[in-house]
Amino acid sequence: MLRYVLRRLLTAIPTLFVIVTISFFLMRVAPGGPFNQEKGLNPVIKANLERAFGLDLPLWKQYFVYLGNLLRGDFGPSYNLPDFTVAELFAAGLPISLQLGTAALVLSLVIGCAMGIYAALRQNSWIDYLVTAVATAGSTIPTFVIAPVYQIIFGLLLRWAPVGGWGDGTFANKIGPVITLALPFLAIFARLMRGSMIEALHTHHIRTARALGLSDYSIIVRHALRGALLPVVSYAGPAAAALLTGSIIVESIFQIPGVGRYFVDAALNRDYTLVMGTVVVIAIFTIAFNLIVDLLYAVLDPRVRYE
Amino acid sequence: MNVSFKAWAIGSTMLMMSATGAFAEVVFNRGNSADPESLDPHKTSTVYEANIVRDLFMGLMVHNAKAELQPGAAESYTVSPDGKVYTFKLRAGANWSDGSPVTANDFVFSWQRVTDPATASEYAYLMAPVVNAEDVTAGKKKPAELGVKAIDDMTFEVMLNAPTPYFLEMLTHQTTFPVSKANVEAKAADFTKAGNLVSNGAYVLAEFVPNDHIKIVKNDKFYDAANVKIDIVNYIPTEDRSTAMKRLEAGELDSNDDIPTEQLAELKAKFGDQVRLGPLLGTYYYAFKLDKAPWDNVKLRHAISMAIDRDLLAEKVWTNTMIPAYSFVPPGIGGYETSLTEYAETSQLDREDAAKKILTELGYGPDKPLKMEIRYNTSENHKLTAVAIQEQLKPLGIEVSLLNTDTKTHYGHLEQKGDFDIARAGWSADYKDPANFLDLCKSTAGTNYGSYNSKEYDDLMAAAAAASSPDERMKKLSDAEAIGVARDLCVVPLLHYGFHTIVSSKIKGWEDNVMDVHPSRFLSKE
Amino acid sequence: MSDVASVSPGRSLWADAWARLKANRAATFSALYLVLMTVVCLIGPLLTSHAFTTIYPDYVRTPPSLAPYPRADTIEKSLRDAVKRARIEISGWRQEGARVFVAVSSAKPIDERVVRYLDRSDTFEDAKVEEKSADGLKLTMSGRVEHKYFYFGTDNSGRDLLTRTLIAGRVSLAIGLLAGFVAVAIGVVYGATSGLMGGKTDEVMMRIVDILYSLPFIFFVIMLVVFFGRNFVLMFLAVGAVLWLDMARIVRGQALSLRRQEYVQAAEALGVRQSGILIRHIIPNLLGPVVIYMTLLVPQVIILESFLSFLGLGVQEPMASWGVLISAGAKNIGTADWLLVFPSIFLTSTLFALNFIGDGLRDALDPKDR
Repeated sequence: MLRYVLRRLLTAIPTLFVIVTISFFLMRVAPGGPFNQEKGLNPVIKANLERAFGLDLPLWKQYFVYLGNLLRGDFGPSYNLPDFTVAELFAAGLPISLQLGTAALVLSLVIGCAMGIYAALRQNSWIDYLVTAVATAGSTIPTFVIAPVYQIIFGLLLRWAPVGGWGDGTFANKIGPVITLALPFLAIFARLMRGSMIEALHTHHIRTARALGLSDYSIIVRHALRGALLPVVSYAGPAAAALLTGSIIVESIFQIPGVGRYFVDAALNRDYTLVMGTVVVIAIFTIAFNLIVDLLYAVLDPRVRYE
Repeated sequence: MNVSFKAWAIGSTMLMMSATGAFAEVVFNRGNSADPESLDPHKTSTVYEANIVRDLFMGLMVHNAKAELQPGAAESYTVSPDGKVYTFKLRAGANWSDGSPVTANDFVFSWQRVTDPATASEYAYLMAPVVNAEDVTAGKKKPAELGVKAIDDMTFEVMLNAPTPYFLEMLTHQTTFPVSKANVEAKAADFTKAGNLVSNGAYVLAEFVPNDHIKIVKNDKFYDAANVKIDIVNYIPTEDRSTAMKRLEAGELDSNDDIPTEQLAELKAKFGDQVRLGPLLGTYYYAFKLDKAPWDNVKLRHAISMAIDRDLLAEKVWTNTMIPAYSFVPPGIGGYETSLTEYAETSQLDREDAAKKILTELGYGPDKPLKMEIRYNTSENHKLTAVAIQEQLKPLGIEVSLLNTDTKTHYGHLEQKGDFDIARAGWSADYKDPANFLDLCKSTAGTNYGSYNSKEYDDLMAAAAAASSPDERMKKLSDAEAIGVARDLCVVPLLHYGFHTIVSSKIKGWEDNVMDVHPSRFLSKE
Repeated sequence: MSDVASVSPGRSLWADAWARLKANRAATFSALYLVLMTVVCLIGPLLTSHAFTTIYPDYVRTPPSLAPYPRADTIEKSLRDAVKRARIEISGWRQEGARVFVAVSSAKPIDERVVRYLDRSDTFEDAKVEEKSADGLKLTMSGRVEHKYFYFGTDNSGRDLLTRTLIAGRVSLAIGLLAGFVAVAIGVVYGATSGLMGGKTDEVMMRIVDILYSLPFIFFVIMLVVFFGRNFVLMFLAVGAVLWLDMARIVRGQALSLRRQEYVQAAEALGVRQSGILIRHIIPNLLGPVVIYMTLLVPQVIILESFLSFLGLGVQEPMASWGVLISAGAKNIGTADWLLVFPSIFLTSTLFALNFIGDGLRDALDPKDR
């Protein structure tokens, strides 16, 4: 097992390299550049700017310069916010996205799975239908609808929480973004959990266990849940990577200074260094969580073994 | 207050509260559509930055609450008889926020810094009237050769290429603002960071949390600090306009520089005269690709221009936050007479009849429909505008299709002279001068998206630049507009921009003006 | 749970599943609803008496109503707007039955073609000159008030929302189902292969998934637009290309576990061919999570499409999709709620139906449930 983990960590290096390389060139062949804007620049000034940011070099040279800097841990200054380096922007925003993301992940996993299990145990009861309805609604109503509705109800009508802003990260500032982030994932977890739990409860060994008179609790936890968690865990990997790195919609509607916005804004602004920063961050999260998921498979299902 | 600048600028609110404790601080939460790209005045380019930089720094001349020109860092100035040399007497007692005096050397340093190609200032071209400025920016001359000098510590002299009537107006632009030489040299690239930034304006930077807020606090070293009534201004980026309106309603914001215009009627009902509308010096236009058939035909261009119902666009799409445009240069620039297209005064149905006639003459009809693609950068209002134009041209048998791309792709495509039929663009004035607009149609301009190429026009623009008197200059510019815009449609002006801001009734002293300039130092809050 | 299967042991897996699906009321009803929704979206726009492109400047952001427009209080405004555009003065007006009479005056003689401005207005039709003073400076004209119905209200351009919602449904149903299907197909095949092969192959295939997860999707879309222009098929590709990744990981997780199951190993020992194992054992056992995830995928596809439209790849105006309408509606919450409510009702009800069908399919296909 330890050897497997080590090997996976080692393969992460070439994986990251491939990601950085493809992203770099994909980004650079796209039309438009960081200095294209509504008020166009005159060619002399544009040339000065390109020289200042090293964009006048041949592309392959730029690539190696970037790679060299990256190896030293230098992500460079942001093009769009030149007062800050990419590292500074992430240092300021990532903790905020992580706080919101972790809370949303825990909330959606715990409540989602609990709802799913309960619905599966009471299959075709009104509770089951209620869970299905809530889950469907949760996965159907887009975040950009939930967020403004929350703002109107809790921010304007009830005045229980601010409409937006981070403030000092107080509970009142966080609750709206967390709920909005969590809802769609909660819905997905609930539905995946319900489906696989029903399947698990119908397998031979669970039926046998029930026939042998084992208690419901023991059946659920010891036997059914383990196998049933597989698809939930599979989905939780990418979901965690997505949640922890923030969400542009939630952050821009609630005006939260996280990093989720950079994943879209940086690309739209052709903020090349920031784009690469987001790529590296999302790659690290994805690789890490997919590794964790693979390890969890072995925990949940002893038959899954890694050589 | 005896708090040293250091402690002050580190932004410890607690410290400030204990220092001032006795009275409540006046805090102005000011919504700004976007975060500034930079707080380095020489590296800024948008109005979002201008708003903040204007509070932090003070140029030789400043705009007052009504955007009228008044002396700023310069106490007085003299102009040589030929209009080419300006000598500024710096204001005594107008110090940097670290207590050191603002000297003529700071200005020399700053202006050389702006034009230096290594600084890569986006607005370096603004300095063009200064002797050698263009050559310095192009790397042909050294920054030291720029036509500025410090006569003594308090006297700053500028040499211009030609009499430039808008020169003083230009000095209100942040590109001409001074930075502290000592500070920039000591802190290098980090000089804009909170705690490092030394400024000479009414406020100093306390905190800059990207995408969250920029907190600036009153500068007690400011020469007119006694009249600055707001202690703290928080600039809050409000990219989501709907959220901004809700935050305003909840009292979390005191003003916002933009509103969702499609909701204007509802907003007016809710906020009353806190919603402020008025003209702005800017033009929303479409450009034909002039070097491509059939758009090289000026009659066809006019036919399409006439068929576009600008009144309807202004009223229904832009809810009267814009005004119909028949000239490129917006009205409101003193001394300039705009040249309108000849159908500016005729009614829409007559224009449509004329357009139909031209189309028939050119042989377009049901069996040979005219096809046109409108390219625009993605935005709700650009979309609604394009959709409305598409519908307006339909009865004339013109088959319009739409193509939207993100802003960078859009302008990248235009700048690379990519293929298109007609494309959207916009321009807003950096300072009150018609040339600021008309330069766009010069054959050499990078922003001449339609590739307009007319020697007649270029000659008139050159004649204007060399004109000996302001009146003659304005006349030449007006003639150029009559040729390039009204006759040739190098751009198709559609609408003139208007500002649409919302300001809480608690904020006093907010005067609407065509530059939409509202320095916090002239405001107060109840 | 139906017992149909157990009494007819001779039937194949699929015939069996079909019988059980038909017996599931919620699923049957939902399938009918989907068919109905499709038909309504296809035929409906022809029956609404509005074209989805037509802009009614007089009716921008008009609230939904079962009663016809114009309302009494808006006639005067429409009248004034129309006359103002003719650049003449209005001196008085009155309504007689269905017709409105308006007197106008001007400093210059009035051209009789001025009635065209009344005709042009969305509020009036059949305009004509009633009388004209000798000097031509005064004129009275009349027009019949034209009734229009906007059951869902109108949008920010003044277009009928009902028609647009239906038109949008065509696009969204097509994208939701087709792109959803593409993503599922790629995801299942890829994930199952990876999980079943295991070892090195699995390693490499999953690292490729990691790479694809991390690439900046926006540039991928922009490049598609640049190289291939706008194209409906491309949209499916772009959507399918991102959304199959989750599916692949879920399927692969299941497959990893399945291939170690006793019955699969037994079948292998008995010499059953790989393809046989795949069809008899693996795929049926994978279907549960796949079907559920697919029903979750469709809403994601429909919403993602609105973002593609933002980048210029999705549908272009004046076409619309539910995703585009809903995202525009969300910006008007609190001021013009109908812009959000109606498209949302269509989308949500469709997705509910899809979910019930999904659950029905899952139950019907569950191999352990026989």
